[in-house]
Amino acid sequence: MTTTVPDEAAERHTSPGTADGPRRRPGRIRRIGLPYLLLLPALLLELLVHLVPMVIGIVMSFKTLTQFYLRDWTTAPWSAFDNYRTAVDFNAPVGEALLKSFTVTLTFTLLSVGLCWLIGTTAALYMQENFRGRGVLRALFLVPYALPVYTAVITWVFMFQRDNGLVNKVLYDQLGLTDKPLFWLIGDNSFYALLTVSVWKGWPFAFLIVMAGLQNIPRELYEAAALDGAGMLQQVRRITLPSLRPVNQVLVLVLFLWTFNDFNTPYVLFGKSAPEAANLISIHIYQASFVTWNFGTGSAMSVLLLLFLLVVTGGYLWFTSRGRRTADV
Amino acid sequence: MRTERTAAVAAVTMSLALAATACGGGSSTGGGSDDSPKTLTYWASNQGASVEVDKKVLQPELDKFEKQTGIKVKVEVVPWSDLLNRILTATTSGQGPDVLNIGNTWSASLQATGALLPWTAENFGRIGGKDRFVDSALGSTGAEGKDPAAVPLYSMAYALYYNKKMFADAGISKPPATWDEFRAAGKKFSKGGKWGLGVEGSNLSENIHHAVVFAKQQGAEFFTPDGRPDYTNPKAVTGVKQFVDLMAKDKIIAPGNAEYAQNQSVSDFAKGRTAMLLWQSASANLTSQGMSEDAYGIAPVPVQSGTPGTGTGVNSMVMGINMAVFKNTDNLDGATKFVKFMTSDGEQKILNQAYSSIPPVKGAQADPAFNTPANAVLKDTLAKSAIAAPQVAEESQFETTVGTAVKSLFADAAAGRPVTEASVKAALDKAQQQMPTK
Amino acid sequence: MSSSPMAPPRSFRWSRRIFLTLLTGFVLLPVYVMVSSSLKPLADVTGRFRWLPSELTIRPYIDIWSTVPLARYFVNSLVVAGAATVFSVVIAVFAAYAVSRYEFRGKRVFTVTVLSTQMFPGILFLLPLFLIYVNIGNATGIALFGSRGGLILTYLTFSLPFSIWMLIGYFDSVPRDLDEAATVDGCGPLGALFRVVVPAAVPGIVAVAVYAFMTAWGEVLFASVMTNDTTRTLAVGLQGYSTLNDVYWNQIMAASLVVSLPVVAGFLLLQRYLVAGLTAGAVK
Repeated sequence: MTTTVPDEAAERHTSPGTADGPRRRPGRIRRIGLPYLLLLPALLLELLVHLVPMVIGIVMSFKTLTQFYLRDWTTAPWSAFDNYRTAVDFNAPVGEALLKSFTVTLTFTLLSVGLCWLIGTTAALYMQENFRGRGVLRALFLVPYALPVYTAVITWVFMFQRDNGLVNKVLYDQLGLTDKPLFWLIGDNSFYALLTVSVWKGWPFAFLIVMAGLQNIPRELYEAAALDGAGMLQQVRRITLPSLRPVNQVLVLVLFLWTFNDFNTPYVLFGKSAPEAANLISIHIYQASFVTWNFGTGSAMSVLLLLFLLVVTGGYLWFTSRGRRTADV
Repeated sequence: MRTERTAAVAAVTMSLALAATACGGGSSTGGGSDDSPKTLTYWASNQGASVEVDKKVLQPELDKFEKQTGIKVKVEVVPWSDLLNRILTATTSGQGPDVLNIGNTWSASLQATGALLPWTAENFGRIGGKDRFVDSALGSTGAEGKDPAAVPLYSMAYALYYNKKMFADAGISKPPATWDEFRAAGKKFSKGGKWGLGVEGSNLSENIHHAVVFAKQQGAEFFTPDGRPDYTNPKAVTGVKQFVDLMAKDKIIAPGNAEYAQNQSVSDFAKGRTAMLLWQSASANLTSQGMSEDAYGIAPVPVQSGTPGTGTGVNSMVMGINMAVFKNTDNLDGATKFVKFMTSDGEQKILNQAYSSIPPVKGAQADPAFNTPANAVLKDTLAKSAIAAPQVAEESQFETTVGTAVKSLFADAAAGRPVTEASVKAALDKAQQQMPTK
Repeated sequence: MSSSPMAPPRSFRWSRRIFLTLLTGFVLLPVYVMVSSSLKPLADVTGRFRWLPSELTIRPYIDIWSTVPLARYFVNSLVVAGAATVFSVVIAVFAAYAVSRYEFRGKRVFTVTVLSTQMFPGILFLLPLFLIYVNIGNATGIALFGSRGGLILTYLTFSLPFSIWMLIGYFDSVPRDLDEAATVDGCGPLGALFRVVVPAAVPGIVAVAVYAFMTAWGEVLFASVMTNDTTRTLAVGLQGYSTLNDVYWNQIMAASLVVSLPVVAGFLLLQRYLVAGLTAGAVK
């Protein structure tokens, strides 16, 4: 969608300039340069904050960057692929831990994105028709998304405490669903705690986007289907979901990338050392680099992560776009 | 056409202006010079109840210093959660404070970065000489055989805090001196919602401080003499297991303590929910939580034999805060003067009293203010039975990895999973493998 | 929207009622905890959880200002997030306009690169970015590290890719005939941008601004390393309520509420634009 300016339109844009003829050369140059000028601020910032640091990060991943070399990282000795070898040696503890963390992150991300999408879409569909209190409800539903991350997560920390938290009060004291108070912030259950918070925070975004997408579906389609005798569920299956495909393509991808790279949620929830069951890769890398002062290995892990995401995104876009194109034709 | 040019110019100007946005803050520093002799930046560690409390304690002293020398000290009290990261980033960039506090266990790690001014005999001379300081405190200022990376500022030691009334009610006349007595006492308290002991199971540093001592009591060290990690030697495993067993096997620690990391155990003790607490210099904290001085007693941390001493009689790490000068300071002379001021007998007395710590300076330590029964225990421990943190470059990694291992063992214990020799060894082995290989 | 081609069956209304009730409970539970706990005395929040306060007190709302310098953090956050939003939106408008309206070499490279930055793990460029800021500082005397300026620069770039991408979609949906008409009327292309395209794209721009603001208001990682006492933002500053003595949960909740209110209120006020903006932008 970003590169489909019709050639015809571009032609028309340049035409007033050419009409002035070669006499006004400076103006013409300016006009050719204009898009670049407009892009310049964005480009400079991307270079400064994203691209150059990333290149430096990649360079660091080939170095043995421990505290001995921190004062001037350029003097750190080159280690070729040692950091990468350490990171992907799944039989040694470092690699094993990375693999474990990666698996946890992937499972967590898929579940979280799936649930966010499901809840968001269901809510948006239910709220497509007008009913009393719809406006209020819609505003309410957006609250988790609007809350600053740390205030939301810290409230969940308060609720997840073992001895004094609300969750155990309800599950153990009041409903008796568990035979003893459970730990949510340490141990294996921390995975579910993390998932809950992530879904709670993330689903309104899906809701918002799907709601916007629904408004683009022409009314007539439904009316035609209704005339054909299609029931509500059939309308959803035959019209709504196919029409939402392009929306979903983007939505799922964005949710995936944000959830996969999320640092704020686990960091506020668990602090610097997350329990193994909820050790997301962003925290894992943070610990590998900042807490154990091994920035070379940390960078190597980040680069591997980046490569993985590039492949996944590329594959995803290629796959979904191909499916879409054939479906459209 | 005019609009176009104007807007294009505006776009470029803005991108340049953006690159130049600056809103003050941070002092730019070259390298060990005296370029700005009139100001100093100082990163203080959080010693009091809160950052704000610290500012109130420090500011009058800094004003005094300014009056004496004309040097203005800008202090920032950095919370513990941020301090090491901030020091690390300052090291990497060479842009940091002039003077800073460091946890004394980090001395060797930070020394290895080369970012701190080495305290040569000459530098020590400028602040009154090395022999003004207590030996035990000097043992935690950097690797052996190198010039110290910092000078001691506050000293602390672990002690056993016990609730006098709960002890009397249970018919126990004196605080336990051996671990057998300790466990027996603990079991008496651990019923009806009350517990024998409180710990911070998710606090990595607390875990480490105990792990080192418990291992040492078994005769184990976590590092070989040539500085290589040796976490899995059988004695270290036994020591760590003994510590975690206080919850897992002896059941004198509430399982909920496994997720404590924010001093909830101190609060539990102050509220009478636990009868005992192993803590460093807790007096000021307990007072501010409303527990009166005569409600609790202080005794040395138990040892196997009952008599603290060296070797397996060790019952605390040498805890404390050191003061370091950043090598890149642009006010070397002022920084030295400031360290001299802060370690002077008078200031040592004021500050250590405010923080209920022990002065590492001999002259101040002799002051009667530090001869109360509570302080006597701490002083005694520091002098006779405290062990320095491993003075190796990888100490901070050691804290993280082994601290995390103990945290996960506590999580196991709390969830009712067995904690065995094998599981402790596996956890420590994993920690060791994460250490950078040389 | 109001009239339905077919009245929803009863079963649908029931399932809707149940689903939305459950969802509302899930959404509101933490909000309730936040509000009720902020009105409790300390003893209530350090002991077993209770649904209702043993006594109502507004003490936490008074204490939050003195336990940590909340007002200063608030101002810092406001300045940082506000400036980051303004710059981010303006820069994104320029960039999106160029991509939407012009053919030029490197266009595809630009859009793909900008979008792919969404994949960067923040942790990968934290230390390098920090080094760059310090080196710029040493070379030019401009203090980026530790200053609000550095943080503004960082955050505005964080929201830039998504903003540019949304606005491209939005601008594409503004009919070209409009800016051509403007061009014929004697405006340059940029005149057309400001007089025609921007006014027509207000909902999209609002949506982008909200997104940029929230990104900056909630970021924790970079704020914890790149700020000092005077420039600390709320995201880091709120940690100050866990002191060596006690975790002041009631104050944490009160402070959370205070810092959330403006954002949530603004967000809800603008939500109409948001939906409209997303409709035409991201969701095209």
